[in-house]
Amino acid sequence: MRGERSDMSEDEDGGRGGAGGGDGAGDGGTDTPVPFSDQVLENVLENVLQFLSSPQDRNAASLVCLPWYRAEAQTRRELFIGNCYAVSPRRATERFRRIRAVVLKGKPRFADFNLVPNNWGAHFQPWVSAMAAAYPWLEKLCLKRMSVADSDLSLLAHSFPNFKELSLICCEGFSTAGLAVIAEKCRHLRVLDLIEDYLEGEEDETVDWVSRFPETTTSLESLGFDCVGSAVNFEALEALVARSPALRRLRVNHHVSVEQLCRLMARAPQLTHLGTGSFGSAAAPLLQGGGCSVVDLARTFAAFKSLVCLSGFRDVAPHCLPAIYPVCANLTSLNFSFANITAEELKPVIRHCHNLQNFWVLDAVRDEGLQAVAATCKDLRELRVFPLDPTEDSEGFVSNVGLVAISQGCRKLRSILYFCQQMTNAAVVTMSKNCQDLVVFRLCIMGRRRPDHRTGEPMDEGFGAIVKNCKKLRRLAISGLLTDKAFAYIGKYGKLVRTLSVAFAGDTDLGLRYVLEGCTQLQKLEIRDSPFGDSALLSGLHRYYNMRFVWMSSCKLSLRGCKEVAQRLPRLVVEVIRDRDEDDDDEGVQKLYMYRSLAGSRNDAPSFVEIL
Amino acid sequence: MSTDTGKSSTESEVSGLDYEETELKLGLPGGSRIAGSEPEKKRGFAETVDLSLAGEPRSRDPGDRSTDGLVSGAGKPPAAKAQVVGWPPVRSFRKNALKSCTYVKVAVDGAPYLRKVDLEIYGGYQQLLTALEDMFSCFTVRNYPNERRLVDPVNGTEYVPTYEDKDGDWMLVGDVPWKMFVASCKRLRLMKSSEAVNLAPRTPQGSTSAR
Repeated sequence: MRGERSDMSEDEDGGRGGAGGGDGAGDGGTDTPVPFSDQVLENVLENVLQFLSSPQDRNAASLVCLPWYRAEAQTRRELFIGNCYAVSPRRATERFRRIRAVVLKGKPRFADFNLVPNNWGAHFQPWVSAMAAAYPWLEKLCLKRMSVADSDLSLLAHSFPNFKELSLICCEGFSTAGLAVIAEKCRHLRVLDLIEDYLEGEEDETVDWVSRFPETTTSLESLGFDCVGSAVNFEALEALVARSPALRRLRVNHHVSVEQLCRLMARAPQLTHLGTGSFGSAAAPLLQGGGCSVVDLARTFAAFKSLVCLSGFRDVAPHCLPAIYPVCANLTSLNFSFANITAEELKPVIRHCHNLQNFWVLDAVRDEGLQAVAATCKDLRELRVFPLDPTEDSEGFVSNVGLVAISQGCRKLRSILYFCQQMTNAAVVTMSKNCQDLVVFRLCIMGRRRPDHRTGEPMDEGFGAIVKNCKKLRRLAISGLLTDKAFAYIGKYGKLVRTLSVAFAGDTDLGLRYVLEGCTQLQKLEIRDSPFGDSALLSGLHRYYNMRFVWMSSCKLSLRGCKEVAQRLPRLVVEVIRDRDEDDDDEGVQKLYMYRSLAGSRNDAPSFVEIL
Repeated sequence: MSTDTGKSSTESEVSGLDYEETELKLGLPGGSRIAGSEPEKKRGFAETVDLSLAGEPRSRDPGDRSTDGLVSGAGKPPAAKAQVVGWPPVRSFRKNALKSCTYVKVAVDGAPYLRKVDLEIYGGYQQLLTALEDMFSCFTVRNYPNERRLVDPVNGTEYVPTYEDKDGDWMLVGDVPWKMFVASCKRLRLMKSSEAVNLAPRTPQGSTSAR
């Protein structure tokens, strides 16, 4: 949605191995001189291996034998680290010496929902220091859920003369001052994408970072700052856009009014991705003259022959929406998830969007709006329906009716995230039968432990049908009233499931056992508020080295059980995270986060984290 | 079936916004106020508070929706169930982005500066007007049969609460259901009655409920 890296979930594209995958071959490189014939072999190998791009293929190649291991290490250009604590920066930079691009992920996903305390970790600093020394030719960096300081950004800007692309997703700790250094020092910058980051000091004095880009023509291709809370210098932005002929993706924040957007668009008709900012008027409605009228706005949009992705609409004035009709037919991606619009306001827009593949929307459009989507968007691959009022007792705007309509109209659906207050098994079963291509199924019934509202039964059968019928399913999030039966289904049929999210579900330890024993491809397991205890945890010992992480919070775990896991699996880091007001002597474990690691216990753990 | 583990948060919905300059206490949508809670500055670990609202034991039945004794809501009773940290799983960025539009500026004819109120924390019109009364402490609320006005007791000037809606029209406060008002109100203006003659005509008496 927001560019290729927006979701950073590898489930859809078949998954990736980590850097540590091939490390069983040893530390790499002895110092004995290599015979000439072997050197030829290695040169040949390197020439061949450089064409291998997928990390799994590379990990496999590195396991063949030592020369292959060395050759692969020399030719790997992109480093993917799914858990920044799984390997030390030193080890990674020593093995791979010619890296140009790094993807680095930090905190567990539940950090997004305030379940991980501040200062837990995932600091970028040790990584940027190691890379500054080891990878002077680094070009691309993508960070997700990392803690990034302005000083880190400064070191980055000063250390990599050829730096081209920076993507920060769900990161925190930096401010506009850090952005200013990047803008100023990275003269070859092509991409600066800030996606759902939390900037520091937004209420205080902010730095005019947009003015710091080079005054000459820039090589910018993508600039996204929709998450920046402070206004940018608009004149500087306009001038920047005007001198960036390669710009294809621009996502502005909600401080940019629709009149200002008009001016920006006039400078960059070649854009393919546009984040529209507020799309609301700073002054009185646009229909008065002076500045952009709706007609002018429509004409501006009509000039955009290449536009395929639209987002923003943070304070959308509904009467401005018709301005986007001219581009709807070409859109493959539309993000209305911040636009509080009704079904009536959506229908005339969506009616034109025949080519839409990705659609994000608020449940304010109701079932009726979803029916309109189903009627037109036959090519839809990904749908996300977010709640306008994200509380448990809010009025339910969408229901089983909307879900069924989508399943009937959008048969090619691969990924769905659906927030609702309640659901029926029948609707979920229908979706499982209509949408056989589903890879990601995330249903969030906001009312905790809510049963099927028509039959009063648990939601076991619905989710059971999903894992049974959707044979390509890799990612699953479950909710509602669920018994151990649901988990039995998941364990039995969810053979490809890599990511599983569980909340307020299950009856006994059996539930977790079924999953740990049955889901042989499971990589990421996150569980909260479910009645699973030590015996369930211990039933998964055979799996944990093959997984990226396990998160369990507000379950029934005890220190004894967690300690036993830590003892039996020495390469597993077992973290017990305590809340502020928790007793240190308490036998119960409120938050458990465990992950395989070659680096051992981390040395930057704060006081509220105990590593067993 | 296991019950809630007792961790609840007052501020997980509004973390990230800084309210030092307003006197308003943050509360859950619907208006319940939790004494002693502090707004979190950023999305991070929220203060956990065990809510026992109005002295009633917390409901253990997931389906129960007992009314919060602190608030008389307009229409639907506000949430009494203790809100749980991080549930529903919506990122703070999104919550804040959608929430911030409920803050509206309040202007009073003749006053030199404006105030800002968060419409979401009130349960209905009466509470809003009471809050305005507190805010611009010179006013008292006078109730007419179908509308409420604010009166400055010093000089007897009557003020009519009006608001600008999404379409840019200036409307009289109180005509539409409360939730619809919250959704469409962009800003408030306490207009002197003498100037309020040009507003959209009121619907006939009794046909619209202000709550």
